Amino acid sequence: MSSILLAVVIGAAFGAVLDRVGASNPNAINRMLNLTDLRLAKSILLAIGTGSALMFGGQMLGLVEVGHMSVKTAYVGVFLGGLMLGAGWAASGYCPGTGVVAVAAGRKDALFFVAGGLLGAAAYMVTYPAWKASGLLDKIAGGAVTLGTVPGSKYEGLTALPGDILGLVLGLGFVALAFALPERLVRREATQPAPAE
Amino acid sequence: MSLNWKAGGLLLGLVFFAAVLLVKPIGVSTQFVIVDGIIGDLVNPDLVSQTDDGITSTNAYLAKSGGKYAKSVADPLNYSFIFVLAMMLGGFLSAMARGGVGQSERSIPEVWRANFGDSTFKRYAVSFLGGFVVLYGARLAGGCTSGHMMSGMMQTALSGYIFAAGAFAAAIPVSILMFRKEA
Repeated sequence: MSSILLAVVIGAAFGAVLDRVGASNPNAINRMLNLTDLRLAKSILLAIGTGSALMFGGQMLGLVEVGHMSVKTAYVGVFLGGLMLGAGWAASGYCPGTGVVAVAAGRKDALFFVAGGLLGAAAYMVTYPAWKASGLLDKIAGGAVTLGTVPGSKYEGLTALPGDILGLVLGLGFVALAFALPERLVRREATQPAPAE
Repeated sequence: MSLNWKAGGLLLGLVFFAAVLLVKPIGVSTQFVIVDGIIGDLVNPDLVSQTDDGITSTNAYLAKSGGKYAKSVADPLNYSFIFVLAMMLGGFLSAMARGGVGQSERSIPEVWRANFGDSTFKRYAVSFLGGFVVLYGARLAGGCTSGHMMSGMMQTALSGYIFAAGAFAAAIPVSILMFRKEA
């Protein structure tokens, strides 16, 4: 029962923050992806860095359970699936989590996204045996590995570097990158054409 | 009101940290499969069934890894499923508290409108197709923006970096080509 309570509290917090940070707003997503407004990218980098530094720092202090880590397997399909997700994310402005939050916020186009998503997931369920047979789901580079070797973790390291220290350093690196990234990389044509010079 | 990038990023990071501290890393896209399984099992009750070895499915994807997805289909009142429902609750309350999404923005986001005009049919069609490709890709990859990119890179998972490389390699060119006008 307590796990259900945690799901409600953490899930609601996640949904609310996604809404406030603009991740469930297709305008903010496409301004990020077409490089005209990178504030959302800065938020995401800061979030990954903060989460990473706290988690690995907490592990080093013995405050965070290493066993709570859940590392996914690396295989060629991860990259191919990433390409597909990226293309659909840009075209629609939604990814799975932000799509459902956008539905809750009242966005009607997000309903079509979620309906398409349910059909896409069903299509994968049906075609899964072909992917499995293709070998593209076979693990590469050790499969479920972290970049360094995290002490006490059931996952192997890609390298023998101390995984907790590496995680803390990379986390701080993401935070630094969040601050270093400019708010805008390119300027596109405005909707209302500017008067000629 | 929306948060500035620093406050928003910090809060988002704290949520991801709270999840891994108290339970496990955040992930969302698996629940689309669970909903499909629930619908599928209503239409065809043979899809998910109880055997001597536990719960399994006639669908190879639901049956994989010892039937863990089949188990969630049979009993969806578990952490990960409730988590996604709670996300909707949090998103709803947050959106209402800031005054909700404007009437015209609800069907067509302004950046889309600036580039593709006022056809709701066009917007809904691309949203639907986008959803199809996103979830097909997420299941092929074994996770989405939450599970692979955010939770994965936070844990220094190699798979998270591979996923993020693929996602941005496609997302940035597609967005630059599609959304040439600012709004």
